[in-house]
Amino acid sequence: MNGIHDMGGMDGFGKVEPEKNEPVFHAEWEGRCLALNRAMGYTGIWTIDETRAGIEELPPALYLTSSYYKKWALRLENLVVERGLADADEMKAGHALRPGKTLKRKLNAVDVANTLTRGSYGRLAQSPARFKPGDRVRTKNIHPETHTRLPRYARDHVGVIEALRGCHVYPDTVAIGHGENPQWLYTVLFEGRELWGDDTDPSLKISIEAFEPYLEPA
Amino acid sequence: MQLRVRALETVLAEKGYIDPAAIDALIEAYETKVGPHNGARVVAKAWSDPAFKKVLLENASKAVVTLGLMNRVGDHLIAVENTTKQHNMIVCTLCSCYPWEVLGLPPVWYKSAPYRSRAVKDPRGVLADFGVALPNGTDVRVWDSTAETRFIVLPMRPAGTEGWSEEKLATLVTRDSMIGTGLPKPASEAAR
Repeated sequence: MNGIHDMGGMDGFGKVEPEKNEPVFHAEWEGRCLALNRAMGYTGIWTIDETRAGIEELPPALYLTSSYYKKWALRLENLVVERGLADADEMKAGHALRPGKTLKRKLNAVDVANTLTRGSYGRLAQSPARFKPGDRVRTKNIHPETHTRLPRYARDHVGVIEALRGCHVYPDTVAIGHGENPQWLYTVLFEGRELWGDDTDPSLKISIEAFEPYLEPA
Repeated sequence: MQLRVRALETVLAEKGYIDPAAIDALIEAYETKVGPHNGARVVAKAWSDPAFKKVLLENASKAVVTLGLMNRVGDHLIAVENTTKQHNMIVCTLCSCYPWEVLGLPPVWYKSAPYRSRAVKDPRGVLADFGVALPNGTDVRVWDSTAETRFIVLPMRPAGTEGWSEEKLATLVTRDSMIGTGLPKPASEAAR
């Protein structure tokens, strides 16, 4: 979706402001919010791409004015209600008013150490890779209203396949419940001038990680 | 937000979906076990051991596991090497993808609109915000983390560190130098 989250190349947000000696969390609730999201992800009720889509669907003004962990909290509230895991009146009451559903699994404290590792998104290929390193490709001019990982700034531009990264879960379908639909993933390298015009630093190069359906031969 | 998140936790716990003890354990792990000290060990090892560096650049997930810092590293970790010709910078313009296992949780600025919007268009301007100016002749290469691949920058080894132990070298490796928004500390700033 062409949402506010797709920020690459936007102007006007000002300087980057690093914080000296930044703490891991700025408030107690931030840590609990992160951990709640991880623990609910562990149950297998939704995928990482569905949770990303949940953030992207927040209203733009709310997205821009909410901290990272506030967005995570709002997203989790929304997902919990949308999936029927709890109802709005329970969220308001701050207590369960009805019994919960049965989920596939539940994270116990003893298993936490093993959940700090990211999962694997590599999958068996359904067909041979269409492109190889060195091939010139053009990214498609697509504007799906649902989740995609092809950023706007890199659409309809010519780049070169730099590397093949294996066959991976396809975010565009898994995020809308249409299955993992594994696709080849490539690093595609663009000249800065191809993306930003002739006024750009001529030595600049930018790459994206692009799934095969985003690409056509150039 | 404190009350709102507490309400959410209470509902999820009473429904039987989460165990508050697991929530405590997760927070402790993110505050103490996961962090850029792991990445610094990886970089220091690569500076010291050419065979390790070769494996790291070929398959970083595999290489990092051999250090014994963690049982397993998630798939698709990719190390990119800075040289005098090319400086690498990592961003996630669409959300905040970041190599948690080797760098810990991302800092606020990495997740912020200014960084995510400008890193791909004006990376030298972003570097200036960090007080970094690259020498003439060093090109900038930006990696947008738009999939489940994750990137860590292997910065250049500072001059004057010949013969140093890995432990001492690791004290020069900053988090930002592994994201590409900073450089390692010079040899004169090594921790004693």
